[in-house]
Amino acid sequence: MTGNVGIVIVSHSIDVAKGAADMVRQMVGGEVRVAFCGGNSEGGLGTEVARILEAIDSIWSPDGVAIMVDLGGAETNSEMAVEMLPVERRGLVVVCNAPIVEGAVMAATEAAGGASLERVCAAAEELSAG
Amino acid sequence: MERKPLHSVKPPTPSSSHSPEDNAGGSVKLVHAVGMHARPAVKLTKLAKRFRARIAIRVVGVTEWIDAKSVAKVMAMRAPCDSTIEFAATGADAGAAIGALTALVANDFLDIEG
Repeated sequence: MTGNVGIVIVSHSIDVAKGAADMVRQMVGGEVRVAFCGGNSEGGLGTEVARILEAIDSIWSPDGVAIMVDLGGAETNSEMAVEMLPVERRGLVVVCNAPIVEGAVMAATEAAGGASLERVCAAAEELSAG
Repeated sequence: MERKPLHSVKPPTPSSSHSPEDNAGGSVKLVHAVGMHARPAVKLTKLAKRFRARIAIRVVGVTEWIDAKSVAKVMAMRAPCDSTIEFAATGADAGAAIGALTALVANDFLDIEG
């Protein structure tokens, strides 16, 4: 299905990122496009802006992309990646303030129904709201 | 499957602009072995979102009415096995929504694919 918001999962660990993406695919289904990235080029823990940009590109949707992150650098590097996007895409990508696994599942569930990017992020962030 | 019309309860957001036949309700026993955990909650929420009606859900005697289209809230209900799940819907397709949702729960969440 096209027309749904896509989800990008950015973790310091490629295993965490892949596991979270697996959970989305198995729990929510295949109608939401999910990409993930994690780890540095030496195979260790970390996040890299270039890989985040690749992940965004790989599932690009004109309806938007919601990014789920884990700790510190994952968030700052994701924000940096968003800033490096072509200007016409920049406003269509949001880094969500949500726990990475739960947020990804909630966001994908919302996205599967064709919800807007704003609503997809709100669903993920509902978990961290007071 | 146990279904009965609801007359004595109202969802939290009833709309006065709808005629009475735009309201529907139903209840069903939760037979899933471990209750309403993550995957059933996702399935239920996805199904609810297919309908335009506003849909409320509660665990009878346990929780308040919540929005059946909010996966976070449905998951947080932690409805245990053998509890009774109640739905109340408002909108043009309320009846169809109640039928589909009660069937999903009654059929142990097996009849919907992602």
